[in-house]
Amino acid sequence: MTVTAMTAGELAKKVIAKESFFILDVRNEDAFEDWKVEGENIQYMNVPYFDLLDGVEDVLDQIPTDKDVVVICAKEGSSIFVAEMLSEEGRNVHYLQVGMKAWSEHLEPVKVGDLKDGGAIYQFVRIGKGCLSYMVVSDGEAAVIDATRMTDVFMNYANELGVTITNVLDTHLHADHISGGRKIAEAVNGVYWLPPKDATEVVFEYEPLEDGRTISVGNTKIDIQALYSPGHTIGSTSFIVDDAYLLSGDILFIDSIGRPDLAGLAEDWVGDLRETLYRRYRELAEDLMVLPAHFMMIEELNADGSVAEKLGTLFAKNHGLNIEDEAEFREMVTGNLPPQPNAYQEIRQTNMGKVVPDEETQREMEIGPNRCAVR
Amino acid sequence: MNIAKVLDAKALACPMPVVRARKTMKEMETGEILEVLTTDKGSVADLSAWAKSSGHEMLDQKEDAGVFTFYIKKG
Repeated sequence: MTVTAMTAGELAKKVIAKESFFILDVRNEDAFEDWKVEGENIQYMNVPYFDLLDGVEDVLDQIPTDKDVVVICAKEGSSIFVAEMLSEEGRNVHYLQVGMKAWSEHLEPVKVGDLKDGGAIYQFVRIGKGCLSYMVVSDGEAAVIDATRMTDVFMNYANELGVTITNVLDTHLHADHISGGRKIAEAVNGVYWLPPKDATEVVFEYEPLEDGRTISVGNTKIDIQALYSPGHTIGSTSFIVDDAYLLSGDILFIDSIGRPDLAGLAEDWVGDLRETLYRRYRELAEDLMVLPAHFMMIEELNADGSVAEKLGTLFAKNHGLNIEDEAEFREMVTGNLPPQPNAYQEIRQTNMGKVVPDEETQREMEIGPNRCAVR
Repeated sequence: MNIAKVLDAKALACPMPVVRARKTMKEMETGEILEVLTTDKGSVADLSAWAKSSGHEMLDQKEDAGVFTFYIKKG
């Protein structure tokens, strides 16, 4: 029977549509435990490929014939090897093209909404890693926010829309993924904005993104207002776009809040985090649509694949916004932290421009989930 | 260390380093040591996990200029 390649984009569409299918993940158990393709209706089986070298007879009766089967490994070689053995046993199976490497890098663009004076805001869902980037478009211009290192995706998308990227912003100095912001700004000769308090060690030129600063996109007045909102990092800045959207960076997520420890200063920054979430954000309009820089769980995706929720709804439902007692809050965000993202210190150094790893190394550094939140 | 066999699996991509190591190991006696050379980064975790899963012992491993060397004792 047949072996068919499935692209990361095709797999992303199955996940967003909440399709029911079967994954045979042939990476070793540690890798599978650490990070896998997540979905609401996925049935999993994890058997390392080296345990299947003698044949797949032992696992055959555990692999369904009534739903799609996708064999997955790190880069595709082993999944093709195993898929071919399954095919020889009479099964129709898929393998994930370029494996988890492609899954980690795939970006799914989703239109979040229209802006008042024309224009639109798009979210780029990095579904395999839970990173979210944005493009604000108006009157032939675009601003890109929290871009990933797959810079071609943003530049090609702007070309397709027929707009020019003029401003590139990062809400903070990222620790879980390598920013593509500076690279895009250089390529399009645009302005690269960073919060100055996160940029004290950077080795390149940038425009300081200070509280109250307003950036316009296009001739129509689509303002991006910077709101200083420290806590995940000391410089973390949120943006209010068109008085309708709150880009919350890594401070506030849909079902979790930012962790304060990735620059090694949890105890110092927890007070800032509290101040931002319980004071500064409380002063904002509750009907702002929150657009975070990450999601943690696939359940946070809306039906169209976007990740967005009204600020008022988050005040009511997000546990991290509902801890009255300050000591309890402090304990939650400093006492119960998940493991840190893979290579997070090297990633910070890269985003400061202090080290310049080659592409393959950058890819390896980003392997795994983002882990920027506490719940 | 008394090395019985050396397997050069440099430039081979996953799953071939493990496939070759397994094949070579089959021709060896229990207690003998196989030295494996690879360049695929994925082989580092995979050879260790394979050795463990197959009852062999990973005695030592090192990296030098992008070449990974493993010493595996047949179990």
